Amino acid sequence: MSETAVDPEAVEHVAELARVDLTPDERERFAAQFAEILDSFEALDEVPAVEGEPDLVNVLRTDEVSEGLTQEEALSNAPATEDGYFEGPPVG
Amino acid sequence: MSHDAFITKETIESEESGVLDGRQVAVKDNISTRGVKTTCGSAMLADYVPPYDATVVEWLKGAGATVVGKTNMDEFGMGTTTETSHFGPTTNPVDEERVPGGSSGGSAAAVAAGEADLALGSDTGGSVRCPAAFCGVVGIKPTYGLVSRYGLVAYANSLEQIGPLAPTVEEAAELLDVIAGPDPHDATTREEGEGTDYAAAADGDVDGMTIGVLSELVSGADEGVAAAFEETIADLEAQGAEVREVSLDSLAHAVQAYYVIAMSEASSNLARFDGVRYGVSGASDEGGYDGNWNDAFARSREAGFGPEVKRRVLLGTYALSAGYHDKYYKKAQDARAWIKRDFDDALTEADVLASPTMPVLPPKLGESLDDPLQLYLMDANTVPVNLADLPAISVPAGTAEGLPVGAQFVGPAFGEETVIRAASAVE
Repeated sequence: MSETAVDPEAVEHVAELARVDLTPDERERFAAQFAEILDSFEALDEVPAVEGEPDLVNVLRTDEVSEGLTQEEALSNAPATEDGYFEGPPVG
Repeated sequence: MSHDAFITKETIESEESGVLDGRQVAVKDNISTRGVKTTCGSAMLADYVPPYDATVVEWLKGAGATVVGKTNMDEFGMGTTTETSHFGPTTNPVDEERVPGGSSGGSAAAVAAGEADLALGSDTGGSVRCPAAFCGVVGIKPTYGLVSRYGLVAYANSLEQIGPLAPTVEEAAELLDVIAGPDPHDATTREEGEGTDYAAAADGDVDGMTIGVLSELVSGADEGVAAAFEETIADLEAQGAEVREVSLDSLAHAVQAYYVIAMSEASSNLARFDGVRYGVSGASDEGGYDGNWNDAFARSREAGFGPEVKRRVLLGTYALSAGYHDKYYKKAQDARAWIKRDFDDALTEADVLASPTMPVLPPKLGESLDDPLQLYLMDANTVPVNLADLPAISVPAGTAEGLPVGAQFVGPAFGEETVIRAASAVE
């Protein structure tokens, strides 16, 4: 085993970063699975540094107005809307 | 007999005429269809109705095809068995106690059971080729950039391509001809797909072709699978192909590199599912929201995502988090570059590279879900191709224990003709 320590608290911390609520049962199960999976990822330590693709560069195109979704279409899947806007939870 | 291949059965007729006239095509449920539910196999999108068509769907209609429904899949494409779908598993038409493979299991099963003439799937780490192999049909993973991903609900953009499934190599190639080509809506598409005639390449002529057999991927396969594959290669040799062994050191790290990259991209891509613009809402039942945006967001994702999706989003977040980025993500990118270079070198010595598509026979339903790591390891033969952005095909190559075995042929970038030709000689 490697030193990869994954306890339920660590899983809870990552879940907070990822904005996913977990049940206590999921926390326990994921902790055990994550330790095993992250252990297998340790094999990547043996990979040599390889010259990859050149760095990505920005490629710009002309900004042209074209047809898009209507406001009604864009809002059609929203669970809640108000006055033609998406309705979301309070900020902060 | 129904194999639960479809999540939504809906006939979308075409008003145009073309090479797919009279052909019934099933479409994986992560490919957007205007006015028809597109769920990605997830509770999160159970009621989602896209207001636009994916480019490939538009082009299918333009070629005269009739879309016959949206096929079942592992949730958001995450799985190798089509058992992680929120809507329940699909069964393998060859043996109903077994899985059809994944994540395009519904598409492969629909074709294998004759419920569609052709189908579209998507392949991020083998998701077209795996179910093709397990169900005894043909599946193609095109070169990255050949087929537009506009309207495909993304899981790991740098790896995935939409690909065809069909009963024969020629029919799969014909469908690829329809969906290949540059698309102004997808800046990663390339000119190479324009005006192709891949179907003509399915001429079965491998005389003089050099086939490099990927020895690591044969030795890792189950005995019966390896035997059927070797018989297939011997047959191609008898048809005039030159066969040589190829060994690539980088392959030993492909699965780990693939999962680190795919999970990292998933954690970022799936951030959009917040229950505000679409998806399961994190609002309380009384209407309105409790708590702030983060609380509502986290509740929405708890309710909307299944365990495999949560597992990958969390592991991806972990791999990208401060302190681990260099250890996991950067190393995985190094591995990707290494694998790419190894493949490119090998393909200067051989016209195509060959291996069994899957190292195992289709497992029984429920047999493999409990151990995610073991399930990930099943993808050893298919993921290197996605990391290297290359085209590959899976073609039925005999049976073992009465179950289908697939042979995989990998070609150079935009060398679709060559892999199609090699596969057509197996039929």
